[in-house]
Amino acid sequence: MRIVVLAKPVPDATGQERLGPDGRLDRTTTAAVVNGNDEYALEAALKLVEASPDGGEVTILAMAPANGPETLRKALAMGATRGVLVTDPALAGSCVVSTVRVLAAALRGLTYDLVLAGADTSDGGGGVVGAGVAALLGLPYLSYAARVEPADGRVRVHRITATGYDIVDAPLPALVVATQALGEPRYPSLKGIMAARSKEIVTQSVADLDLGGAEVGGAVASTRLVDSHPPAARAATRVVRGPAVEAAREVVGFLVERRLI
Amino acid sequence: MTEASDATAGPGYRLSEDQLMLRDAIKVLADERIAPRAAEIDRTAEFPWDVKELLAGHDILGLPFPLEYGGVGGDLLTLCLAIEAISRVCASSGLILAVQELGALPLLLAGSDDQKQRWFPDLASGRHLIAFALTEAEAGSDAAAIRTRAVRDGSDYVIDGAKRFISQGDVADLVTVFAVTDPDAARHRNLSCFIVEKGTPGFSAPRVEHKMGIRGSTTAELVFEGVRVPADHLVGAEGDGFSLAMRTLDRSRPGIAAQAVGIAQGALEVAAAYARQRRQFGRPIGEFQLVAGMLADMDAATESARQLLYKACTEIEAGAPDAGRWSAMCKLVAGDAAMRVTTDAVQVLGGYGYIDEFPVERMMRDAKITQLYEGTQQIQRLVVARALLDGRD
Repeated sequence: MRIVVLAKPVPDATGQERLGPDGRLDRTTTAAVVNGNDEYALEAALKLVEASPDGGEVTILAMAPANGPETLRKALAMGATRGVLVTDPALAGSCVVSTVRVLAAALRGLTYDLVLAGADTSDGGGGVVGAGVAALLGLPYLSYAARVEPADGRVRVHRITATGYDIVDAPLPALVVATQALGEPRYPSLKGIMAARSKEIVTQSVADLDLGGAEVGGAVASTRLVDSHPPAARAATRVVRGPAVEAAREVVGFLVERRLI
Repeated sequence: MTEASDATAGPGYRLSEDQLMLRDAIKVLADERIAPRAAEIDRTAEFPWDVKELLAGHDILGLPFPLEYGGVGGDLLTLCLAIEAISRVCASSGLILAVQELGALPLLLAGSDDQKQRWFPDLASGRHLIAFALTEAEAGSDAAAIRTRAVRDGSDYVIDGAKRFISQGDVADLVTVFAVTDPDAARHRNLSCFIVEKGTPGFSAPRVEHKMGIRGSTTAELVFEGVRVPADHLVGAEGDGFSLAMRTLDRSRPGIAAQAVGIAQGALEVAAAYARQRRQFGRPIGEFQLVAGMLADMDAATESARQLLYKACTEIEAGAPDAGRWSAMCKLVAGDAAMRVTTDAVQVLGGYGYIDEFPVERMMRDAKITQLYEGTQQIQRLVVARALLDGRD
């Protein structure tokens, strides 16, 4: 079982974010972490490989600034086999279309049975990269997976719906979008952290990719940043403490008072 | 109030990338998985087996052990970073790692390859715990006053006596026991060190103490009644026990200093957060200079202790001839800092600091032990003064 997990380094929400003069986040100086939803995809991939009788490997694929390897190390510490990082100054300011083209092109250079992606990212929040990559590569696309069961050259997925789940099935290779229902990501073990140091991270630039002539990067972005500004300061927070029943009563009273329920 | 010396200059003072990664990973684990358990562990005074499993599962208990026996092969500083990161949220949990090192140190320092091969893999994986049994009811600071006897009988030794205040003595699978093998030998040449396995006939832990702090770390009385161990359970040479115990403490005291720094850091963070949020006279109490000054002193005391600890670790690891002095100094400074910082944290929180709704009263109770065990602060001062006065020139 060879699995590629699409994982994006995103700004660490607990850190300080800085906007550059162009109104964009300065990704090279902002502390980054692996996107939370992608960690669920990685956890699912690791579990699938661990459960597979003939083993396998998990490759992390990311498009990120040059400091990306630092972030990928954590994914490797969790147990991924190797990382592939596409990084190129020309990719700064890329739109979703560029990102999809780049990831699809990088995937063309890899061997895999299954691609796993997170539902969306905590920064861009578009939630379409997985679908875009599947469309471009002509892979079956199975979204909102609460369970992923590969067997006999096919994959069966429990796809979450408003009322429960559908069971969908497709031939491999396929792209599956993971959800948190697949289980909490593991904490890296100390041995995993130490082993991650010597794991391979392949770095590629745009020139290394077979893009089939398509143009990518900030210069050809299909979307344009019009304006950006920090969110308005949050009003004073009231914390309700105490035994659950009393606290719940207080919260309900608060909401009723403001005619919110 | 950042907690790292990452930015200080000069080789030997900067934590390596590995150390930072290990520390940060353990911190996340401590914050997310151990911190929510800390109050309950203190309240129930039960050994936190779940935390032990957590530490084992993430190889943290493998830190003191060499790679070839399944350990992580961490150096002393890395081990102390781990103990600090865990103790910052729960001192009882941090002690699990500190005691695993303490109990194993005689084997690490003087054990044979066979002994390491036999016992280390299970200790490194965290399947087994090990305790260190030196102290007796009448032999505390005066460790040479030990009365527990070990008598050679054929290919065995037979151990009789009792130990007191043995951290995790009742939950450990192995106990490192110091006993008199030659009552006629000179005072510091009469002790030997043995490994006793749990379940050996005649070995029991009849009682655990009710304590002020570190309540989740059980402290046991151990009784040895005709406990027969094979001669290959002797660690090091006969008569080397006292020296081995002292060399063990030289290397283990930084672990207690790390626990103390962790406790202080935890209390400092709670106090600072409280001072930002708590409003009196229409503003956050942190804006009052009397409170701000306390917080600054707490931070300075914690950071001073931390830097001395990190320096001590690198000196001891490098084989400095005055390792005992570094070890005693870092525990002395860190233990006193922890006591003062936690006491002041309770003061910053006022009435709220005195009740168990906030963790600082627990931290204050936990801090006290760091001034007592692995040598009282008075003994540390004697060690430091002796090094100073016996000095050359």
